[in-house]
Amino acid sequence: MARRVVVTGLGTVNPIGKDVASFWEAARAGVSGVGRITAFDASALKVSIAAEVPDFDPEEYIERKEARRLDRYDQFFWAATHQALADAGISYEPDDPAALRAGVVVGSGIGGMISFQEGIDTMRQRGHDRVSPLAITQIISNMAAGLVSIRYHLYGPNTCTVTACAASANAIGDAAEIIKRGAADVMVAGGGEAPVCEFAVAGFSQARALSTRNDDPEHASRPFDAGRDGFVMGEGAATLILEEREHALGRGAKIYAELTGYGMSADGYHITLPRPGGGGAARAMQAALDDAGITAAAVDYINAHGTSTLANDSTETAAIKTVFGEHAYKVPVSSTKSMTGHLLGGAGALESLVCILAIRDGVIPPTINYETPDPECDLDYVPNVARTVPVKTAMTNSFGFGGHNVSLVFTAP
Amino acid sequence: MDRATVEAKMTDLLVDELGLDRGKITMGAKFEEDLEVDSLGVVELLMALEDTFGVSIPDEEAESIATVGQAVDVVMQKLKG
Repeated sequence: MARRVVVTGLGTVNPIGKDVASFWEAARAGVSGVGRITAFDASALKVSIAAEVPDFDPEEYIERKEARRLDRYDQFFWAATHQALADAGISYEPDDPAALRAGVVVGSGIGGMISFQEGIDTMRQRGHDRVSPLAITQIISNMAAGLVSIRYHLYGPNTCTVTACAASANAIGDAAEIIKRGAADVMVAGGGEAPVCEFAVAGFSQARALSTRNDDPEHASRPFDAGRDGFVMGEGAATLILEEREHALGRGAKIYAELTGYGMSADGYHITLPRPGGGGAARAMQAALDDAGITAAAVDYINAHGTSTLANDSTETAAIKTVFGEHAYKVPVSSTKSMTGHLLGGAGALESLVCILAIRDGVIPPTINYETPDPECDLDYVPNVARTVPVKTAMTNSFGFGGHNVSLVFTAP
Repeated sequence: MDRATVEAKMTDLLVDELGLDRGKITMGAKFEEDLEVDSLGVVELLMALEDTFGVSIPDEEAESIATVGQAVDVVMQKLKG
């Protein structure tokens, strides 16, 4: 019999909540996590706003001696994973044979970007022999997966996806595939990003990807609104515990949802711009529906990639229409990036979490800052106020620089 | 700089720079066994010693440092020049 994959644990640290409960409360209330950058003096930059995690204390999760050796990205993922494992009721002793069947896939767009910048600064200012011996381990994206395997005794498949803003959606899809083919029973899957540093803000800004609404941070991320002018960089992480269904049932685990569909495609068009018409995105969505064995009409909610860039939101809208036909105008579509900013590599995991909670509670969080309709974006974007409506099946989209398109489908258990 | 001053600075450095538990630091404490400082931590320690005391400690000499007290010895020697 085909192995099925369910979600049994959730965790997150993000700009509007440092755990699942507070995040979900804020998301339903339509809270913006965007403000002026506090991590460094951004006053000289063209973009001086971001969605930061306020007052994050890694020592709530990690011993001080260890925490100081890690990049902020690693700390975020560690914290989210700690929460998710506790939520799932999973813990392994070092010699537990079940630990050999538990693995990790982490996704990140860039990995330890802050450490990268600091390392280069140190080298230029103080010389090669002042570069930290931890510089490399802090930078590499995969280290977060290694770290949680060390700390939580997860000795099964352990890997990393690096597909820009689709990274953690890929991590979740790939982790499910690992369970389906029988190589593991439990997978920690998710991702994160900690990009709020001068280099990354300058780089994304130069690529003309970021909103410059510096004087009005809370209204800067406005997906699908006619006045949108770019995305707002966010930081944080989210982790899902994926588990083979019989394994979860066998131990009496709480089951949030089943991961039923995973679709991928490449735009094959441009390094940053989406293919006009959204053909690539549409193929990923259709592939996810096919994988789930459902038609578009069965989808009750779409958590959009919805970055608040001019190109993404109109193209994604076109792609949804291609796949969903008339149903496109009936299915609620929202972008929670309007509140959390864009967690880049962490976005897919956080937005999977949104879909799962929407299924659990029958509540769809809104797209905030939606004021002026754009003729090219004419769907139901759940403007400004959360909606109470039963959700049995939800889809989330994640698209990354390079033309990576990923869609996931979650279904009520 | 007298030995007591070096010892005090050494303790602060181990707490501030390496994140070690102040309560565990004695002059007889072994870095590897007692304080769980790994090979990367040793490199951090050497860099911190060099920065704090303005001395230079080549890798060959560093190999002789197993305890906190021995690190103090090396720094004292270097300071005397």
